[in-house]
Amino acid sequence: MSVATAGRLESTAAAWSLPWLAQRLQRSLLHIAVIGLTLVWIIPTLGLLASSFRPAAQIITTGWWTALSPPLQFTIQNYQDMLNQSNMGTAIFNSFMVSIPSTVIPVTIAAFAAFAFAWMKFPFRDWIFLAFVGLLAVPLQLTFVPVLTFFVAHGIVPDNLTSIGLPPWVGLWLAHAGYGLPFSTYLLANFFRQLPSDLFESAEIDGAGTLTVFFRIVLPLSVPALASLIIFQFLWVWNDLLVALIYVGGSADVAPLTVNLANLTNSLGQGYELLTAAAFFSMVVPLAVFLSLQRYFVRGILAGSVKG
Amino acid sequence: MASVTYDHVVKRYTADLTVVKDFNVEIKDKEFMVLVGPSGCGKSTALRMLAGLEAITEGQIRIGDRVVNNVAAKDRDIAMVFQSYALYPHMSVYDNMAFPLQMAHMPKTEIDKRVKNASRILGLDNFLKRKPRALSGGQRQRVALGRAIVRSPKVFLLDEPLSNLDAKLRGQTRIELQKLHRDLETTFIYVTHDQVEAMTMGDRIAIMNAGILQQVGTPGDIYDHPANLFVAGFIGSPTMNFVPVTTSDSTAKASGFEVKLPKSVPAGKATLGFRPETLTDRTSDQLASIDMSVDVVERLGSDQFLYGQVGSDSVTARVDPKMKVEPGDKVKLGLDTRSLHLFDAETELAQF
Repeated sequence: MSVATAGRLESTAAAWSLPWLAQRLQRSLLHIAVIGLTLVWIIPTLGLLASSFRPAAQIITTGWWTALSPPLQFTIQNYQDMLNQSNMGTAIFNSFMVSIPSTVIPVTIAAFAAFAFAWMKFPFRDWIFLAFVGLLAVPLQLTFVPVLTFFVAHGIVPDNLTSIGLPPWVGLWLAHAGYGLPFSTYLLANFFRQLPSDLFESAEIDGAGTLTVFFRIVLPLSVPALASLIIFQFLWVWNDLLVALIYVGGSADVAPLTVNLANLTNSLGQGYELLTAAAFFSMVVPLAVFLSLQRYFVRGILAGSVKG
Repeated sequence: MASVTYDHVVKRYTADLTVVKDFNVEIKDKEFMVLVGPSGCGKSTALRMLAGLEAITEGQIRIGDRVVNNVAAKDRDIAMVFQSYALYPHMSVYDNMAFPLQMAHMPKTEIDKRVKNASRILGLDNFLKRKPRALSGGQRQRVALGRAIVRSPKVFLLDEPLSNLDAKLRGQTRIELQKLHRDLETTFIYVTHDQVEAMTMGDRIAIMNAGILQQVGTPGDIYDHPANLFVAGFIGSPTMNFVPVTTSDSTAKASGFEVKLPKSVPAGKATLGFRPETLTDRTSDQLASIDMSVDVVERLGSDQFLYGQVGSDSVTARVDPKMKVEPGDKVKLGLDTRSLHLFDAETELAQF
């Protein structure tokens, strides 16, 4: 696998010849497109970052780019205020309490299910898998009423959950797990299926049971797929506003960052400086998750296992 | 250490897809048995049934005296080397070899002893900490062997273990495998489509075609006395010459020559077979003489192959490399009538 060289068109044509120019042009266009896209994303982010560190008085009077030229006047006041006011500290905590279980639960279940779908034999396996993946086509909004009715009928609502000693987010966890499972299972099953069958047969002869095969062979080899899945699911849950609002509501003690930010925008039309700080913070976490997991996107993890 | 018996074994996938038909063979203790045949002949399926990777549709497989039809793969006391090696890519060489022993809950010190021992035999001492991806094809192959050796199984199963190696390494490994077999004193069952591997390595060879066992015997036996047309054509390189003949009593008449057969046969049509090396550039009273018009000459240094026509039949001859022949020549060759084979035109069975 030549990942290192992929996407690199080494010019073999003589300098200044027509093919050489065409190749140059093609590469330049590609670079321009990539750089352009990057700028479109980075400039507003940079604006947000700069604004979040500017004194409130300056934010409302001048543009954020003026902060980049001397005299430099940055402050962390906004972040301090943000964490102290408007329940932001609680909201951040809530966001983690929502996102982590809502990622771990579906990914764990999906990994087991995907292994069964990919490598175990049971009746109607392919039909069940098809039905399962078909759930991807169900619009999220369609499920709100029936699921919420079910949750209310069975007491899976924040107030009731806290009164029996459970975290108020259990319903939300279950909902996110449900929404995430079809895609997660589909992705992992496809990945598991591509593992060479010789490995499983070899392990079978070596005396490994199904669980041993799963934990000692399948999971270690699936790290890239698991990492990307965790990133997807975490980002989706972290950035989700709608599902959280539906299942736990907007009360400050349970609402995650997104819900709280939306409330802030409504109530604090004047608190622009707090908003920028909060918004930037809500972006930093997914970014950190992404950057810390992306090194597991190791291509060629199977190299050296089987040949031919 | 044990014998292996296939007793009327059948593998059927669907009503009209039977890949192994009534397979009977007994592999002796410590024997090196090679299952050979063209691809799709059922040889790998026969091996996988013994390994426990495929269910047995009918019949019995016994390892020693134990019927293993319903014994799980891991409890059959066998080890298998796959064509693809099937190494665990995320584990080091050491862990790859230790894996089956860990699965058997062997004490750590014993595992260490066995892995070290196997790595010494296979010359892998310097690679124990490496991952498979940092090894060459030949080294990976040896790790796969090592993983089989550490278990000291009763039977070694090898499924085309050399087919991913380059030609030179294949020759070397062939010799190493034979040494290994001698050192381990264990039953080896080796599947290959390469008749050279079969001839050079096997104590005995079992030849399969289209799911049916054709012949079992020592390499020499099979080479000199093939049971039917398929075996005669499959074993030996270049392949045996086949010429349609009309027989009457003890002579066989082909389109371009006539030979006296070593014994009399019923009159009728048949196929005459003779190996390229039974043709020589000498003629004498003991040899039948045939006239060949040469189309192609291949000089390999130690050998010289002539491809041409005798009458209207294509014939290959392996002659002395010193013989001077050019394409287009007409040459007179001697045919040793003692090594003729005659196959029935209908049943393709060898009459002698």
